[in-house]
Amino acid sequence: MPNFIDRRLNPKDKSIGNRQRFLRRAREELKRAVKEQIKSVGIADVGTTHSVSMPTRGVGEPTFQPAGDTGERERVLPGNREFVPGDRLRKQRGGGGGKGGAGTGEDEDDFQFALSRDEVLDLFFEDLELPDMVKLSLKETLTFKSRRAGFAVSGSPTNINVGRTMRNSFGRRIALRRPKQTEIDALLAEIAELEKKPGRNAAEQLAMLKAELDWLDRRRRRVPFIDTVDIRFNRFEQQPLPNASAVMFCLMDVSASMGEREKDLAKRFFVLLHLFLKRRYERIEIVFIRHTDEAREVDEETFFYSTQSGGTMVSTALAEMLRVIESRYPASEWNIYAAQASDGDNISGDSDRCITLLSAVMRLCQYYAYVEIIDERESEIFARTDNGTSLWRAYRTIDGEFPNFQMTRIAKPADIYPVFRKLFAKQPATRKPRK
Amino acid sequence: MTKSAGKLLFQSSDWNFDTLARTYDAIETIALDEIQLDVYPNQMEIISSEQMLDAYSSVGMPLMYQHWSFGKRFVFEDHLYRKGRRGLAYELVINSNPCIVYLMEENTMAMQALVTAHAAFGHNHFFKNNYLFRQWTDASAILSYMEFAKKYVTKCEERYGTAAVEAILDSAHAIMDQGVFRYRRPPRLSSEKERERARERLEYEEQTFNDLWRTLPQSSTGHDRAQAERDASERKKSLNLPEENLLYFLEKTSLILEPWQRELLRIVRVIAQYFYPQRQTKVMNEGCATFVHYTIVNRLFEKDQISEGAMLEILQSHSNVVFQPGFDDPRYSGMNPYALGFAMMQDIQRICTEPTEEDRDWFPEIAGNGDWRATLLDAWANHRDESFILQYLSPALIRKFRLFLLTDSAGDNYLEVASIHNERGYQTIRAALARNYDIGANQQDIQVVDVDLLGDRQLRLQHNVKNGILLEEDSRDATLRHIRHLWGYDVSLVGVDAETGEELYECSTDEDSL
Repeated sequence: MPNFIDRRLNPKDKSIGNRQRFLRRAREELKRAVKEQIKSVGIADVGTTHSVSMPTRGVGEPTFQPAGDTGERERVLPGNREFVPGDRLRKQRGGGGGKGGAGTGEDEDDFQFALSRDEVLDLFFEDLELPDMVKLSLKETLTFKSRRAGFAVSGSPTNINVGRTMRNSFGRRIALRRPKQTEIDALLAEIAELEKKPGRNAAEQLAMLKAELDWLDRRRRRVPFIDTVDIRFNRFEQQPLPNASAVMFCLMDVSASMGEREKDLAKRFFVLLHLFLKRRYERIEIVFIRHTDEAREVDEETFFYSTQSGGTMVSTALAEMLRVIESRYPASEWNIYAAQASDGDNISGDSDRCITLLSAVMRLCQYYAYVEIIDERESEIFARTDNGTSLWRAYRTIDGEFPNFQMTRIAKPADIYPVFRKLFAKQPATRKPRK
Repeated sequence: MTKSAGKLLFQSSDWNFDTLARTYDAIETIALDEIQLDVYPNQMEIISSEQMLDAYSSVGMPLMYQHWSFGKRFVFEDHLYRKGRRGLAYELVINSNPCIVYLMEENTMAMQALVTAHAAFGHNHFFKNNYLFRQWTDASAILSYMEFAKKYVTKCEERYGTAAVEAILDSAHAIMDQGVFRYRRPPRLSSEKERERARERLEYEEQTFNDLWRTLPQSSTGHDRAQAERDASERKKSLNLPEENLLYFLEKTSLILEPWQRELLRIVRVIAQYFYPQRQTKVMNEGCATFVHYTIVNRLFEKDQISEGAMLEILQSHSNVVFQPGFDDPRYSGMNPYALGFAMMQDIQRICTEPTEEDRDWFPEIAGNGDWRATLLDAWANHRDESFILQYLSPALIRKFRLFLLTDSAGDNYLEVASIHNERGYQTIRAALARNYDIGANQQDIQVVDVDLLGDRQLRLQHNVKNGILLEEDSRDATLRHIRHLWGYDVSLVGVDAETGEELYECSTDEDSL
């Protein structure tokens, strides 16, 4: 009989420390991989669990390895069927190296593993340079609300459910045969009657009745009208808030001036907006509208990757947005958000039309954010001043009129989050009734 | 076990500690009395699958220091496992005294029986009796040494920071393969440990002391060539050069390492050395364990101790383990050591009991001797993979596996079939297969050949190139940088053809800014 030891209750995850060390080490690589992914996956998918392919750099473990394409080798292989000595086989390019067990380790460097939602968001936000505190609040995906959920035997006095308590008390009183008030009243009446009648017979009966009354009294005291066991409290449960729906309009200028960098910045901004709204609403839809000198609703792929280009007429996008709202998203049922990214170029004379349209839009919108993506060199110049492109100047007038309109400029990824904070910081307070 | 209630050790596939113990005893009887195995006492530990993954990723040791590369391994293994691309091993066994055998909770009782026979007796016997393990590992001391190592690394991390410790370990891991003594037996790690360490310290002080003395200007007798050569050879002699164990050399000689860093190198070196015999005996070790479990469960079945159902389950998993796909099968990934080892041992059994004429020609000493047990016990004790194959691979088996020999020359754009499983090919194939398993021959032979401690202190390494097989350049340079990190000064590597002595390439770290 050997020594059997049950180790199942020993702590598992002995390697968790090692895994953390590995992740820490691979952080730069992971950040890069997540960044790649944000570029390539849809806005709504950022933050869902991802498989990230782990490249070699940074976590490679070099050793002296034989080079596959040098020297003379001999390999013994099983399963010969038709070969005879002297046969020649063409080498497969590329695959030949490791075959035959010449190397000791397998090729385990380029493998995939899954990052959790939190890990992805951490890395995503890190690139945007968030303060830690904000990261936490953004990750909190649901708000909770207390909800009635049946009854409990304990709770605070304010939560006593009278109806249920009385029902219990009634049942108990019947079961334990608590003397009713009418019974006692009848008895008292009888006693009063008898007391008026003198006589031995009556006195005897009176004594009997009094004894009965006494018994009833005692019984009533032993079986109280309301016992603690009767009391029921309303129970409340923390339930996720049943959210309304929201729709998010992404408007983007895709004229030639919007290059790779501009689109990437815009996408990051939209991703952040989506994450933010996602926290607030159960159902959220995204509408992509791109415009040149004409606007069209498109899918995400086309929105970010299509290279079609043309002149610029911003008002078309606003008109398209109004059309979509009218046909699919009645403002009475949907919370409408819009973010517009543009480099600010507009055809002359169009900006006035924008103001008109935007005023209409603003009456339907919860919130409208305009982000102007500018050249990094321009950011210095435009940081403080009110002047700018014609669109910027036009939007300035709207800015003063509607508190739920915000506009700002960004030049690099690190700008996005501070700007986002600025745009959305007052959001809950400024949500004002629609006109 | 009562006879009236049927002799079966277990009925259902569920297990409990009673059935485990009962089965263990039955297996032990067969293993010790019938096969005459000789084993360390066993310690059977029941673990869950997560724990098995944990154990895997720290090179199978129950105690291991922390390092990110084990985390990387874990993530990798875990990924394969979850994807279903790789099953978990059913067992894990540690070469220690007592021998620790892990049984997985999820196994059925039939599998537990199989694992017990395989690991607790097969592997255990091999660890205890094979000459390589006897000479090179110290089963009774390894666990306490690992405990020391783990604590020591933790202590260093507390004192010097994780990053500093990690940097040393990273570099040491890079030359772990070059960190073993291949010919000279390493010192024992027993209770003499302390004494030995004191001695090492003395040695070290002596060394630095000597170096100081040698900085004195030399007496004037002219710096002719002969003198320089004499100096060099003296220098090499005093440093015991050439030295094949790079880790050992750096640990003892590096001018920049602190004592704790030397101790870390030593820990990595000890672990490398401990696993060296396992790498040389994969075929034999797995073959031995597989042969033992196969023999034992068959005996159990003959003695009516396990049911047909259990036997079928065991056989199914057995045949999965010993499956050898052909070279053109998509599942092919080299020779399966279980398949080869098991087949060879069964073949030896056959040669001992029912030899053919051919066997009598090839194996006159053992053919028909009838005593397969003694023959196998002897083979298990006195061989490693290379010599085992060279000695025992029979023509019958070469035919069975349909082995053939391919030669691959870098200059040609074709592979040539050199020999196949026919009369003319047996010898060649057998010798070539044995060479494939000779770690000494396949490992890159890199040695420290010279260092001028008074001059530029450049560490000169030499790679003895065999059969023209060079090193993969990126990983070579990265590894050299690791060596430089431990040495503190430039490191150069010269590739020299092992036969002609011709210099093939030279590289060094001095252009690198690292």
